[in-house]
Amino acid sequence: MAAALKLAGVRKSFDGFPALDHADFEAEAGEVHALLGENGAGKSSLMNVAAGLYAPEAGRIFVDGEEVVLTGPRDAIARRIGMVHQEFKLVRPFTVAENVLLANWRGRFAHGLREMERQIRTQAEQLGFAVDPRSRIDELSIAERQRVEIIKVLLAGARILILDEPTAVLTDEEAVRLLTTVRTLAARGTAVILVTHKLGEVTAFADRVTVMRGGRAVAVLDARSTTADELTKLAVGTRVTPPRRASSPPGARRIAVEGLQVARADGHMTVVDATFHVRAGEIYGIAGVGGNGQTELVEALTGVRAPLAGSVELDGAGDTTGASAERLRDLGIASIPADRFGYGLAGGLSVIDNFCVGQVHTAFYGSWLWTDGASMRKAATRAVAEFDVQGVHNMRQKSALLSGGNAQKLIIAREFSRDPKVIIAHSPSRGLDVRACAAVHERLLNARAAGAAIVLISDDLDEVLSLSDRIGVMTRGRIAAEFIAPADRQAVGRVMVHHA
Amino acid sequence: MLHFLVNWLASTPSFATPYALAALGLIISERVGVLSLGAEGFLLVGALAGVAADLEFGGLPAAALVVAMLAAAAVSLLFALLVVVLRVNQVIAGLAIVFFCQGLTSLVGTLGGWTNRAIAGLHAVAIWPLSAIPFAGRILFTQDLVVFATVPIFFLVSRILSRSMLGLRLRSVGENPDAADATGVSVSLYRFGAVLAGSALIGLAGGYLSVVDVKIWIPDMTGGRGWIAIALVIFARWQPWRALFGALLFGCIEALIPRIAAAGIQAPQYFLLMTPYLATIAVMVWVGLTKLGRLKEPAALGRPHVREERR
Repeated sequence: MAAALKLAGVRKSFDGFPALDHADFEAEAGEVHALLGENGAGKSSLMNVAAGLYAPEAGRIFVDGEEVVLTGPRDAIARRIGMVHQEFKLVRPFTVAENVLLANWRGRFAHGLREMERQIRTQAEQLGFAVDPRSRIDELSIAERQRVEIIKVLLAGARILILDEPTAVLTDEEAVRLLTTVRTLAARGTAVILVTHKLGEVTAFADRVTVMRGGRAVAVLDARSTTADELTKLAVGTRVTPPRRASSPPGARRIAVEGLQVARADGHMTVVDATFHVRAGEIYGIAGVGGNGQTELVEALTGVRAPLAGSVELDGAGDTTGASAERLRDLGIASIPADRFGYGLAGGLSVIDNFCVGQVHTAFYGSWLWTDGASMRKAATRAVAEFDVQGVHNMRQKSALLSGGNAQKLIIAREFSRDPKVIIAHSPSRGLDVRACAAVHERLLNARAAGAAIVLISDDLDEVLSLSDRIGVMTRGRIAAEFIAPADRQAVGRVMVHHA
Repeated sequence: MLHFLVNWLASTPSFATPYALAALGLIISERVGVLSLGAEGFLLVGALAGVAADLEFGGLPAAALVVAMLAAAAVSLLFALLVVVLRVNQVIAGLAIVFFCQGLTSLVGTLGGWTNRAIAGLHAVAIWPLSAIPFAGRILFTQDLVVFATVPIFFLVSRILSRSMLGLRLRSVGENPDAADATGVSVSLYRFGAVLAGSALIGLAGGYLSVVDVKIWIPDMTGGRGWIAIALVIFARWQPWRALFGALLFGCIEALIPRIAAAGIQAPQYFLLMTPYLATIAVMVWVGLTKLGRLKEPAALGRPHVREERR
């Protein structure tokens, strides 16, 4: 039987730097095929070629044994290849049903919309999701948006389903539920391609696995008979040890949040009552299912959004409730946003500019009239080396060309270069591979050892549990419970879902 | 006083119509993410083409208006080529088109001998017996055919935009071209089509100015109405019905100028002529001060779409 999807000798480069170098890939109908590799290994690029978004420079694509030329996503959809991208392809002011309707042409709009609403409800039920077809994408959390994406692609009739890092934004339970659903889809004859860096998902849910490194496929294995160690060795080259948390007594209170209330842009109050404090040399983890007010809390703490009520006090500065982002930065607050390309970096600007922009207003790199290019370049080059930002071929290259992990390292390099007093880190390792994730965690622990107070907001319960000294669980806009490390995973999980 | 009021309100629709049609054309184009700063140029092209066709075809105003639409759409092909295919900066391309059209219409108008020649144009019709209603009959039912057609045109465009598959795709291209592209919508095709259709409406507005309103072609006769229409679209938050309301507001203001002069009120002439532009600035200030909530501009407005760019 011919493979449902076969890619042979695919080559693709960006700005002269090869992302794919004679990559081969094959997936059969009825299997869950994992595509494993580090950030920057070329997994997403290869799948973007299969989805018709990237035009390869060389290589051939076969669907069911027949060679095809994909001139765009339309061709891929016609071949019933559907991809759920890491950066969601959703129109934000549209409702869920309108987004799905966009992918499914119907003769009559109102009729089609009702039909989509019905189909979304049915599909969501089958997948075990709760999705309201009439809510606007704007109002949904990242996890919810992803569910919409999956439903959209399935309803467009995908027979080859590519999921790019689908579990990165889900909680453990949701991830297991999704992957179980994915298995059902495969049992129905769909070829499911699971792009991932999580070894556990590969060994537990995939039939076969293709391991990529440096833009090419290095091995194709039977996922059930392989081990996590073997896969790590193939993907990374070496074994990665998770960083250890040194025990040290915390210092004085750095940030105290009291009865904070924050509303979303549409007026809906999502943070109802957040009260907590963080001391110097302490990591305060905020666990919770995505969409329980975390985003708005982060926005309020970093000065992006003014709170409705409550207070935020910073050590040495007093009441800073509603202070601007610039003032908070001057007071020593550093921010690692969840959407690293949306809020963390200006993709079109160079690595140097992105590194130095954090300190431009402090006249560190020259006056308002001119900037000191040489010292900017020197500082940025030093930071890139010190924080091990890979993939920088030229300091003037666009930062958008960095892979997710390296972009995050660049943000951390910028934020930590000022010796921040308080660090607000929102899902800092989302979508990162094992090694990049370990590097990010190590930097957070180093900052903790240096005496920073760190607020770590994350959907990834393991991340919160392994790094935090104390853990607050956020549900429905409240810090519903607090735990002291080492916390019982079950107990934390219960609070997360009990109130959600 | 009542006489003044009725005269004023009765002349408002014909002043408002060019604004309304031009703003609607701009909305179509901007909803797919193309900032059509060339509106003033398309108005001029429509105005000249309308008069030229009326003169050449021997006084068929309806045909003249169709020619005005076609001419503006033809010139907008150049603009669409620049911004959709070649992905030139939309602001620069729009400004270039305005100056190009100003030169082009002056030249062609002179070469063709169409400048400063009065035409019969399109006249107002009274819809009897409705026009016999005191006051309201004058204001609402004694107008020209384009005024009567404007409301159905708005209804049609508004309905297509908000409640049709075509509109859904158009809006998706203006909000998130990457998402539209990933679902198989041809971003270039939709942008091209919308620019052409939008420009045709702007051309109709231009044709209205010359064929129905003043019934003559004079170089640069549009007097910045294209720019006002651009401001109107911002005021209307890209919503057709709000644009119609805004157009009526501007129509009121403009209609007041000749009424004040006719009523013999002493007022500085140049100050009066300045009022529409002053109102434009006032509107912009008002937009800046009020929070219009969910009615945001199309997210991809002014952004060329390039697939394959990593962000």
